[in-house]
Amino acid sequence: MLRIEGLTAEIDGKQILKGIDLDVPTGEVHAIMGPNGSGKSTLSYVLSGREGYEVTGGSATFNGHDILAMEPEERAAAGLFLAFQYPVELPGVGNATFLRTALNAQRKARGESELDAMQFLKLARERMKALSMSDDMLKRGVNVGFSGGEKKRNEILQMALLKPSLAILDETDSGLDIDALKIVADGVNAMRGPDFSALVITHYQRLLDYIVPDRVHVLMHGRIVKSGGPELAQELEAQGYAAVQAAA
Amino acid sequence: MPAVNETIETVQSVAESGYKWGFETDIEMEFAPKGLNEDIVRFISAKKNEPEWLLEWRLRAFAAWKTMEEPRWAAVKYPPIDYQDSYYYAAPKEKVGPKSLDEVDPELLKTYAKLGIPLREQEILAGVEGAGSVPAEGRMPVAVDAVFDSVSVATSYKERLGKEGIIFCSISEAVQTHPELVRKYLGTVVPQGDNFFAALNSAVFTDGSFVYIPKGVRCPMELSTYFRINAKSTGQFERTLIVADEGSYVSYLEGCTAPMRDENQLHAAVVELVAMDDATIKYSTVQNWYPGDAEGKGGIYNFVTKRGACRGARSKISWTQVETGSAITWKYPSCILQGEDSVGEFYSVAITNNYQQADTGTKMFHIGPRTRSTIVSKGISAGHGQNTYRGLVRIGAKATGARNFTQCDSLLIGDLCGAHTVPYIENRCVTAKVEHEATTSRIAEDQLFYCRQRGLTQEEAVGLIVNGFCREVLKELPMEFAVEAQKLLQISLEGSVG
Ligand SMILES: Nc1ncnc2c1ncn2[C@@H]1O[C@H](COP(=O)(O)OP(=O)(O)O)[C@@H](O)[C@H]1O
Ligand SMILES: [Mg+2]
Repeated sequence: MLRIEGLTAEIDGKQILKGIDLDVPTGEVHAIMGPNGSGKSTLSYVLSGREGYEVTGGSATFNGHDILAMEPEERAAAGLFLAFQYPVELPGVGNATFLRTALNAQRKARGESELDAMQFLKLARERMKALSMSDDMLKRGVNVGFSGGEKKRNEILQMALLKPSLAILDETDSGLDIDALKIVADGVNAMRGPDFSALVITHYQRLLDYIVPDRVHVLMHGRIVKSGGPELAQELEAQGYAAVQAAA
Repeated sequence: MPAVNETIETVQSVAESGYKWGFETDIEMEFAPKGLNEDIVRFISAKKNEPEWLLEWRLRAFAAWKTMEEPRWAAVKYPPIDYQDSYYYAAPKEKVGPKSLDEVDPELLKTYAKLGIPLREQEILAGVEGAGSVPAEGRMPVAVDAVFDSVSVATSYKERLGKEGIIFCSISEAVQTHPELVRKYLGTVVPQGDNFFAALNSAVFTDGSFVYIPKGVRCPMELSTYFRINAKSTGQFERTLIVADEGSYVSYLEGCTAPMRDENQLHAAVVELVAMDDATIKYSTVQNWYPGDAEGKGGIYNFVTKRGACRGARSKISWTQVETGSAITWKYPSCILQGEDSVGEFYSVAITNNYQQADTGTKMFHIGPRTRSTIVSKGISAGHGQNTYRGLVRIGAKATGARNFTQCDSLLIGDLCGAHTVPYIENRCVTAKVEHEATTSRIAEDQLFYCRQRGLTQEEAVGLIVNGFCREVLKELPMEFAVEAQKLLQISLEGSVG
C-alpha cells in the first residue's frame, strides 16, 4: 500500500507540490489526471527519488517503508517502477544489456540469483511476444532512434520484465495511436492482481477506457482537488478541468 | 596543410579511484647497480648472453640516446626524471621449472591470486612442467608468455604452436634460438634513434615477446602476454617484435596490472609489427598499471612506442587499446601503410580519472596506393583527468585513392577534467579522401536517473553508459578481453560521479 501524507516538494526553491494526500491500497489501480503543469511528473519524480526534487514536508510510505529516505535504486529494488513520460536514450547500450543489467541488479539487491544471458533472453522473448513487440527492439540501443510509440512500449516491456509491485505510468498514453494504446493497456492489465498497484498519470480519459481505474484523482496546482470513481474521468472529459475545480 | 582543431574544456568534480590491485611482491632480485652508462648496457647484454651484433646494436642506441632530449610536446606534466637513479636490470632468481604449484614461490602465487588469474593459467605463468598442453575446458585457448620483472618466467603452448611452425617466445630466447629472424627485423620499424624513449629502450631492453607466423599460417589461438612491473624503482623496457609472413594471421593480446607504490615508475616499451603480403596482425592492449592515488601521488609513467609496418600488399594491422591505468600515458600506436591496398586501424579507449594524464592517439602514414585507415578514439575524462587525442594522418603523393576516416569522441564526467582533440592532417595526394568527426559530451543527469530508477547503482549506471560510449572500440577486442575491459572501465571510474 502506498500512503502519501501532506507531501510538499520544490524545484529550485519553487514550491510545486503543495500538500498531497493519497492512499493507493495494494491491488488497486488509481488514475491521476490534471492539466499540464499541475505537478503530475513532479509527483512521480519525487516518489522515485530524482535529484533536484526536494521534499520539504510530509511523508510517503510504501508497504510501511519510508521510501523518501531511500536511494532511487533501493526504491526500484523495493518494487517501485516509473514509466517515464520522456524515456531517456542511452547511446551504445544495447536494450537487452540494459534490461538484463537492471533485472539482475534488482534481483541481486533482493538476494535472488542473477539470470544468465540465455535465461534472460528466454524470459524477454516471452514477455515481448505478449506485448506484440519484435525481437529487434532488444538489439537496438536503449531508446535510440525509437519512435514515440516504441519508446512507450519499451517502458511497458521493462515493467513486464521487472515485475514491480507499484508502477507509476507518467502519460504513457500520450502520442500513441489506438493500437499502441491497447498494447500498453494490455501490458498494465496483465500485471493487475492482488500484489500489484499502479498510479496511472494521464491527460486524457481515453486510456481509462482500457485501463479501468479503481479511483480517479484530479491534481491541480500541486494539490489533489477531487477524487472519485471511474465516472469522474468521464465527467472531466465532458466538462473540463476548470468546471471540476470550480465545483470542488 | 595541417588542420589543427583543439577543443578544451575544464570543469570540476571530486573523484576517488580505488585501485583494486595494489600490492607488491617480495622476491629476491638480482640487481645491476643503479644508473645508466655503457657498462650497464654491456652488463645487460652479457647477462643475457647476447651475440656481439646485438651488443653493438644496443651501444649504438645508447650513443644516440645520449644526444637526445626528452620530448616535451605532449600535453602532459611531470617532474624531471633522473635516469641515473634507476635500476636497469632485475630478474627473479627462480631458474629450474617447478614440478607443481607447491614448488612455486608463494609470493608469486599470491600475486596471481589477487589478479584473479585462474589456477590453470597460474601454472602456465609459473612455468610448471607439463602445464598448458591441454587447453582449459570451454575456453578459447590462450597462449601466455609471462613477463615477470623483466625476465620471462614462463612460456606455454610452445609445442602446439611449434607444430604450425609458429615461434612464440621471449625475445631473449629468440635471440638465442632464431638470431637470424631477430636480426633481420629488430629495429626496422622503430629504429634505435627513433625517439628518446625508443632509444632508451633499445639500449637497455631486458625482455619482451617475439612472434613469427610463417607463410600462410593462421595462428590457432590468441597469443597473450601478461606484463607486470614488480621491482621497486626498476624501469621497465619491454621489447616486442611480431612478424607475420605472407598470408598469415595472428591476434596478440597484451594486458597488465601493477603493484601499488609511491614512487613514479618509468615504463618505456617498444612494440614493432611487420605484416607481409596479405598478412593480418591484430594487436589488443588492456593497460591497467597503477594510476597513482586520488591526490595524484605515484603511478606509472607509460611512454611507449608502438608501430606497425604494413609492408606487403593487402596487409592489415589493427591496434585496439583500452588504457585505464598509468599516471601518464604517452602512446601513439601507428601504421606505416606501405603495401598497396594495405589497411591500418586504431581503436582506442582512454580513461583519465583523478590526476591521470593521457596524450594518446595514432599516426597513419599512407604511402602505397589505395591504402585505407580507420581511427576511432574514445576519450573519457573524470576527476582532474586530462585526456588528449593527438593523431596524424599523412598521405603521401603516391597514395592515390587513399582513404582515412577518423572519429574522436570525448566524454566528460564532472567539472574539473579536460578533453582535447588535436588531429593533424597532411594530405599531398589530390585523389585521397580524409574525413574527420569529433564530438564532446557529458553523462547527463537524466541518463543516470533513468538507470538508477531501473535498479542500477550510480557506479553501475556510469559503467553502463561509459561502456555504451566505448562500444565501437570494445567490440574490436577478443571476447574474453572485452569482458575484462568492461569491468575495468567501471572500476577505474568508481567514485567519479557523486
Ligand atoms: N526542472 C524544473 N525547474 C523548474 N520548474 C520546473 C521544473 N520541472 C517542472 N517545473 C515546473 O513545475 C510545475 C509542474 O511541472 P510537471 O510536474 O512537469 O507538471 P505535469 O507533469 O503535470 O505537466 C510546472 O509549473 C513546471 O514549469
Ligand atoms: Mg508531466
